[in-house]
Amino acid sequence: MTTKKLIEKDDVVVKFVGDSGDGMQLIGTLFSDASALDGNDIATFPDYPAEIRAPHNTIAGVSGFQVNVGKKIYSSGDQCDVLVCMNPASLKSNLKWSKKGGIIICDTDTFTEEAIEKAGYSSNPFTDGSLSSYQVIQAPITSMSVEAVKGILDDKKSAERTKNIFALGMIFYIFNKGLDHTFAYLDKKFLKKNPQVAEGNKAVLTAGYNYCENTDVLEAQVHIAHAEMPKGRYRNITGNIATAWGLLAAAEKANLNLFLGSYPITPATEILIEISKYKSLGAKVFQAEDEIAGICSAIGASFAGSFACTSTSGPGLSLKSEAIGLAVMTELPLVIVDVQRGGPSTGLPTKTEQSDLYQALFGRNGEAPCIVLAASTSANCFDWAFEAGRLALEHMTPVILLTDGYLGNGSQLMRIPKMAEMPKITPPLATPNDTTYQPYKRNTETLAREWAIPGMEGLRHRIGGLEKQDGIGNVSTDNANHQIMTNYRQEKVERVANRIPSQEVHGPDDAELLVIGWGGTEGALRLACEELQAEGKKIAYSHFNYIMPLPLNTSDIMSKYKKIVVCELNMGQFVNYLRMNYPQVNFQQYNKVQGLPFEIGELKDKFNQILGGK
Amino acid sequence: MAIEHSAVQLTKADFVSDQMVKWCPGCGDHAILASVLNVFPQIGYKKENFCIVSGIGCSSRFPYYVNTYGFHGIHGRAAAIASGVKIANPKLSVWINSGDGDATAIGGNHFIHIIRRNMDVNYILFNNEIYGLTKGQYSPTTKQGKITKTSPFGVIDYPFNPGELIIGARGTFFARAVDNNPKTLQEVCMDMAAHDGAAIVEVLQNCVIFNDKTHKEITDRETKDDNQIWLHHGKPMLFGKNNEKGLRLNGTKLEVVELGKDGITEQDILVHDRTTENTGIHMMLAQMRPPHFPMAFGVIRAVSQPTYNQMFEKQMAEEKENGRIKCVDDLLNSGDTWEM
Repeated sequence: MTTKKLIEKDDVVVKFVGDSGDGMQLIGTLFSDASALDGNDIATFPDYPAEIRAPHNTIAGVSGFQVNVGKKIYSSGDQCDVLVCMNPASLKSNLKWSKKGGIIICDTDTFTEEAIEKAGYSSNPFTDGSLSSYQVIQAPITSMSVEAVKGILDDKKSAERTKNIFALGMIFYIFNKGLDHTFAYLDKKFLKKNPQVAEGNKAVLTAGYNYCENTDVLEAQVHIAHAEMPKGRYRNITGNIATAWGLLAAAEKANLNLFLGSYPITPATEILIEISKYKSLGAKVFQAEDEIAGICSAIGASFAGSFACTSTSGPGLSLKSEAIGLAVMTELPLVIVDVQRGGPSTGLPTKTEQSDLYQALFGRNGEAPCIVLAASTSANCFDWAFEAGRLALEHMTPVILLTDGYLGNGSQLMRIPKMAEMPKITPPLATPNDTTYQPYKRNTETLAREWAIPGMEGLRHRIGGLEKQDGIGNVSTDNANHQIMTNYRQEKVERVANRIPSQEVHGPDDAELLVIGWGGTEGALRLACEELQAEGKKIAYSHFNYIMPLPLNTSDIMSKYKKIVVCELNMGQFVNYLRMNYPQVNFQQYNKVQGLPFEIGELKDKFNQILGGK
Repeated sequence: MAIEHSAVQLTKADFVSDQMVKWCPGCGDHAILASVLNVFPQIGYKKENFCIVSGIGCSSRFPYYVNTYGFHGIHGRAAAIASGVKIANPKLSVWINSGDGDATAIGGNHFIHIIRRNMDVNYILFNNEIYGLTKGQYSPTTKQGKITKTSPFGVIDYPFNPGELIIGARGTFFARAVDNNPKTLQEVCMDMAAHDGAAIVEVLQNCVIFNDKTHKEITDRETKDDNQIWLHHGKPMLFGKNNEKGLRLNGTKLEVVELGKDGITEQDILVHDRTTENTGIHMMLAQMRPPHFPMAFGVIRAVSQPTYNQMFEKQMAEEKENGRIKCVDDLLNSGDTWEM
């Protein structure tokens, strides 16, 4: 055994990459969970191909899982401190993400001549000098795993399958973490059904740990600083699960059944899968025959008195457009969740983008305003799904909630809220046998109409997609009435601004540059700005979650700063929306559409350039 | 899941809405509306427990003319909207009105799936073999060769037979009726209401403006006795002015025979069993049409199978009883959590 020194670090980024089916998502999750339980803040992001099992040992088949662990974590990070590569293709495709001087662990058993060539290398990366600026650990992981399970798992396939756990053991040693959490996981998962598998994996985990401890492959261990977070009970959660739970929470606070009408679509399917589990909470899930039936069933359920939702991604939102207009016209509460992905058309199903904003704001026939919200972290998908429900139900209108593949699949620590502390949601239910009831009679403050639910006595009425007469709700083609109703629908959405908090700015009033973002880029933008602020740069930062309507003080904020740059993962949709609303302001923009989140480095470069520094 | 009945006997007047009916004079829709207004009080549910859902088209204006809860949707989507209504509140009697274009063209997908799922709804399919509201284009049920505005040289599409579609989609209930026979239409509607599951009636409906007399061969006074056969459960399949003709199975095919001819007696005639799960005979009956066969009317198929809604509510009740997660706090605190 060699004694190693212990280095302190505020945060580290670890990425596990291998062939699809090598179990990278699993060990990534296990390392994240163990770190979180150990007291670190975390954010994770899985990076996997659209294909379920692309050809073995090819770049197309590489599946990855990245985690950022540390004291205060905003995003899943850019460059890796440790890159674990289970085959040559994963090294080839991910080397660009490794920090210079960072650790790269490779399973040398898989680096055969054939596999190296299949990965697209013209020479062996171990010998051609291309890895000279990294700390490469060449470990025969597969064969050591097989050795470690001898006598426990003797068939070759089962034995070799444990290699991911060996790599996990190595990572646990490097970051000085205990193995108990993973032991408990393995016992829970396998002990009853298949005790050999539990025992074998435990042996391999220990072997991986010991390998690093007992050899000279490492000079030091790393201790990652513990999180500085508000006291409370925490859990790890992905954005899609948080969205699902936020919708369930809104239903509970409104004392209504949740109805979800959806059709599977990457990367939103997880929401449908998650809510399907909770019939015990009264959640009614209808897996429809298509996207249109998904939203139309939700509109029917909303008419019938449920808190109705539909979940989708960009292509599905396109299919739902006409029905969203129907919900606008019938003024029924409805939440449409769009987990955005790269577009147009089928685009990049598993990659993130923010390019559905125009569609959410404008993608319907006629004058059809909707509330548009955007979640900005994996954990706050819970809050924004809840808020979407609150606004839909209290204002009787469809709400589009934008999240994205990065938020949806990524995970983060969430401080567990207490339902008793969440606001109550009070939809404007009509009173049975109210002789003054009219389908389009409005609340004078919110302009919301009353919700009379089939089955309620004395409130029978008909609504639909045809224009309705103000108040009484009969079909009307009267010219003046159409103007009145159009104004109402617009103003109803605009008045929501009276009931939402002010937009916040982080940074000094005299900042030279205001950075603006919206939706899923919050972590990267915030970190980039805070780092520049720490360097003494005069920079402020404001992140938008309320998109339509914008908070009332937005105009004031815009007029305060000399330079404003709007950063988004599209070609400039939010910046153009702001230009439309605030034509007097000169906005700069920074855009990227590569299916990837922003990197801190590129953002800082851009901001420095605008500030005239460097 | 029983739907609550009215404590008092309701009448047609309880269901007439205050809206002016705007269908063309002589349109078959008027007769269908009159039948429904007569049937609803007979069914006996509280008037607040009816919900009518429609799509787009002449027939889809129906909800405005009946004083119940009603929802006029968008083109083709009535079945999807109605599915949401029924799942959200299974204690409603849900009725759908749809035309041949709405149901079998733009809404074809929802149509077959609401049937496949055996969603507990009553679906009136107004088949006038034309797009009326857009003023006369051919639909998926228009006969081949028909000259319409969009088929100036005659329709070359092969038409759908809605009955085949419904039975092919595992329909548990299929009936056929004609708009000019309100008595039988009402009987069929009562049978639909009594059926648990997706109950579809195809009504041969006349569009006086754009496809007048398209069903003439079948519905005309002079020819109807020979061209219509009314099926009654447990009764022999007889038709003709004096019930002198009947259907029998010859090998694998149906055959029209005359009683008394070639020694044929009533013993040789098929007896209608609408409850048999096997779709073969029902499919053959649905396919019959002149000149070689009469068209089948009445309830052709009514098979008892658990509905989507019964199974849905059963799972729901079991989960509410046995599920570990009883409230959102339970959910939030499930799995790995820790204090910081």
